[in-house]
Amino acid sequence: MKKYLFYPGCSMETTAKAYDMSMREILEPLGLKFEEIDDWNCCGATEYVSLSLTPAYALIGRNLALASKQANGTSTVVASCSACYLNLAKADHYMLERTSLGEKVNTALAAGDLHYNPGTLIIRHLLDVLVNDVGLDAIQKSVTRPLKGLRVAPYVGCMVPRPDYEKRWSDTEYPTELSRLLKVLGAEVIDFPLSTHCCGGHMTQISPNVAYELLRRLLHAAEEYQADLMVTLCPMCQMNLDAYQAEVNRHLHTSFRMPIIFFTQLIGLAMGKDPQKLGFGREIVDTRPALNRIGVELPEPTETKSQPRRPKKTGLPMPQMPGTDEVEQ
Amino acid sequence: MTQKLIDPDDISSSGLPKERIGVYVCHCGSNIAGMVDVSDVAHWAGDELKDRGVVVSRDYKFMCSSLGQELIQKDIQEQGLTRVVVAACSPHLHENTFRTACGKAGLNPYLCELVSIREQVSWVHTDKTAATEKSKAVISGGVERVIHHQPLEPLHVPIHPATLVVGGGIAGIQAALEIADAGFPVYMVEREPSIGGHMAQFDKTFPTLDCSACILTPKMVSVGTHPNITLFTWSEVVRVDGFVGNFTVTIQKKARYVNEELCTGCGICQEKCPKKIIDTEYEAGLGYRKAVYTPFPQAVPKYPVLDRPNCTYFSKGTCKACEKFCPTGAIDFTQEDEFITVQVGNCILATGYDLFNPRRVTNYGYGRLANVFTSLEFERLSNAAGPTNGNIVLRDGVTTPKSVGIVNCVGSRDRNYNNYCSVICCMQGLKFAHLVKERTGATVYNFYIDMRTAYKAYDEFYQRVLEEGTLFVRGKVADITDAARLPGEEGKIIIQVEDTLVGKQRRIPVDMVLLSAGLEPRHDAKEVAKLFGISCSSDGWVIEKHPKLDPVATMTEGIFIAGCVQGPKDIPQSVAQGAAASARVLGRIQQGEIALEPFRASVDQDSCSGCRICNNLCPFNAILFHEDRMVTEINPALCQGCGTCIAACPAGAISGTGFSNEQIMAQIEGLLMINFEHRATVPA
Repeated sequence: MKKYLFYPGCSMETTAKAYDMSMREILEPLGLKFEEIDDWNCCGATEYVSLSLTPAYALIGRNLALASKQANGTSTVVASCSACYLNLAKADHYMLERTSLGEKVNTALAAGDLHYNPGTLIIRHLLDVLVNDVGLDAIQKSVTRPLKGLRVAPYVGCMVPRPDYEKRWSDTEYPTELSRLLKVLGAEVIDFPLSTHCCGGHMTQISPNVAYELLRRLLHAAEEYQADLMVTLCPMCQMNLDAYQAEVNRHLHTSFRMPIIFFTQLIGLAMGKDPQKLGFGREIVDTRPALNRIGVELPEPTETKSQPRRPKKTGLPMPQMPGTDEVEQ
Repeated sequence: MTQKLIDPDDISSSGLPKERIGVYVCHCGSNIAGMVDVSDVAHWAGDELKDRGVVVSRDYKFMCSSLGQELIQKDIQEQGLTRVVVAACSPHLHENTFRTACGKAGLNPYLCELVSIREQVSWVHTDKTAATEKSKAVISGGVERVIHHQPLEPLHVPIHPATLVVGGGIAGIQAALEIADAGFPVYMVEREPSIGGHMAQFDKTFPTLDCSACILTPKMVSVGTHPNITLFTWSEVVRVDGFVGNFTVTIQKKARYVNEELCTGCGICQEKCPKKIIDTEYEAGLGYRKAVYTPFPQAVPKYPVLDRPNCTYFSKGTCKACEKFCPTGAIDFTQEDEFITVQVGNCILATGYDLFNPRRVTNYGYGRLANVFTSLEFERLSNAAGPTNGNIVLRDGVTTPKSVGIVNCVGSRDRNYNNYCSVICCMQGLKFAHLVKERTGATVYNFYIDMRTAYKAYDEFYQRVLEEGTLFVRGKVADITDAARLPGEEGKIIIQVEDTLVGKQRRIPVDMVLLSAGLEPRHDAKEVAKLFGISCSSDGWVIEKHPKLDPVATMTEGIFIAGCVQGPKDIPQSVAQGAAASARVLGRIQQGEIALEPFRASVDQDSCSGCRICNNLCPFNAILFHEDRMVTEINPALCQGCGTCIAACPAGAISGTGFSNEQIMAQIEGLLMINFEHRATVPA
């Protein structure tokens, strides 16, 4: 059993429940033991660092300090969410590189009797651990139900391979880790050209028309390559592509029906685990047609899902600014 | 001050006879005078170093001018100077000038010391007061050192008339032919089965568009048939011993499995060989060759090479088709590598370049997208003798492209890969644009950062290609993808680029992309440089003796360079360097001998403990050990005066003429101004 500290981040317990469920299903068979960091807090996601640097790093630094306190026989922190992974790695990197930042963060942490020596923890993404520590050979050995006939688009997203402070990934533009992993599971992996392009991130909230176009490009490319489904490794990518697919279709007059699932769900499936325990059925775009193709049956959804609706506006309309071309909410 | 106690008139404080020293401080225009108060320095040396033997101290605008030199000569004759210290530029530049000047005035040249107050003082400092004080310290060091100098005579060594040329590309061919035509023997060593180099792969050459093979093959034939040239192809230099004038070079002649005495070059073996292999060298991966092959029909020499790892007989133990059909019985499966030793006086390295591997720029899609080609692939594609008979087609082998994008600066002028400009790509890209237009009528886009068309008739060619209708887009290509986003992009390769002249992002769908990959040093350039005792810059290109004034020589005497081994260059420049290197070698051969610096190490046999620490350190194998007496001796003919053994000797038993321990210690004491009670006060 290899032991790691685990930083789940906010989404694993909520929107990315399927990611969490499937990950926990496959850890033990692959000889991994994840110890959750006690009392962890938000990583600041993509917004905070762009608003105010020092408090943002202090927020992340608290997680690092807690982790280093808890480090017992391991100094590796694994994050499953791309934003969490990048934020933890970024804070560690810049606290080390800019001593004044490190000092400021530690001054803030001292208020809670915490301290972090930058550079003492190793921050890694779940995919990296699976591919490089567990190894593709071991994963291949655990496959009992190869995903033969399933055409998948490997979507890595933009935050995992960039900027790659520790040079862990095979390439920043076309990293091959996810593709190699999926091939080992028996899936037919397309050479997805937009594998590391942006999903729009939180643009879905603040500038939806930008996000819709970015999502359209990804979905369009996956469809062009006749992928049965898209595989992600980031809760935000999954949510954007899955939950906003209908919005993209509505605004851009497209008709995508591309299921978006987490790579851990496919590993679990190939290991022969129960699809329901892997969180299948929680996604919005139906995965059943794709999985039926390889003989995996999923039960009918018990409740009909509907697109989350925004609450109706009650206030007065905002004055229109010149040049505003935002999509009407 | 202690030295005042000793009578300054006849004995100096070091116990040596009092010398009469002249100090000369150069202004170098404003190069030195702009940062150093030269007249203050000269006055200081005249006053304060008087008791060290300084009898004359002057400053002058240009010491290296003939008037400056005459100044020294006049002082030597009139004032009876016995030592000279010149404070000016680096010894690399003018040490020889001042030594010669002293020699002409009757003073042994090695009694002159040049100290640098330009490279090591004025050019690197910004505080004039401190720089002036440092100059004084540097001169004080020079004066202390020169007291210990000995009159020396240069060593004369004979120059062996033969020359080694490594690399049979156009630069090496030119160098070899110039020397051979002058009547001196040349050994040419080429790693590949044939000479010709990269130029043999090209179809046309810019800007004249003359056929590359037509101008190259006559020269190749001359090399092959020249009575003064001994050609070793499929061979590599594995060892170089000796020094300028007398190198002993060991050449590994790899087994060809073809008896060159018997082979007529008829080509039946290639025809009958059943094994087809992708030719990644000559055909750049676009064509095939057999396991026994000559890379191209005009190859020199005509004898084929049997590629052992790919040969069916060597891997499976049966086949021998080539042997069965060879009409002269020239195939010899028992052949082994030969090691040949030759004596040469000089070496010319013309080992060329490797093409940058564009797979490294993953966003350009080479290796993933079928119709993205490298520049060398396109050279073969457009070559009438190439795999498609000169038809410019897509990777499917039949479809003619309707639109072609040429991307410049792939791996060049890019911090992520190589910072330098690869020189040839702009003109090469223009040539490609012309050829594509001429042969397919396709729409051609040329993506460039800056269009660099220097040299004769180059810009005229650019204008011609402009007039032919090639579309030029100024901007570094960001992405080359098959992910269609807009209507009309399906099935195409899309080039995403910022058009910096318009300030807009463009997406240009094309059928074919040509990557003008940059030039890189040979993958083993550093090992080859080490073999010949020369050095490479951090980029990997071999460092020349002087970037402007001595581009074909190296810091190691007798080793010259030509062509792309020194840095990216096109054919005319490579030819010019090949000729220039040969001119330097011929000059040496004509003189018959060369004067070497007499700086040699020697062992004080009484102090030598016989520990043998120095024995294996000598890079020139100049150290021998006398078992009977248990002492080490240095052969002055082989010693190059590098000083390695001197530094290593735990007993301090080894010293060097021209850089003895006394000289070095005295110079350090001088630099530290320990003769002065009050240290020079340098303002903080």
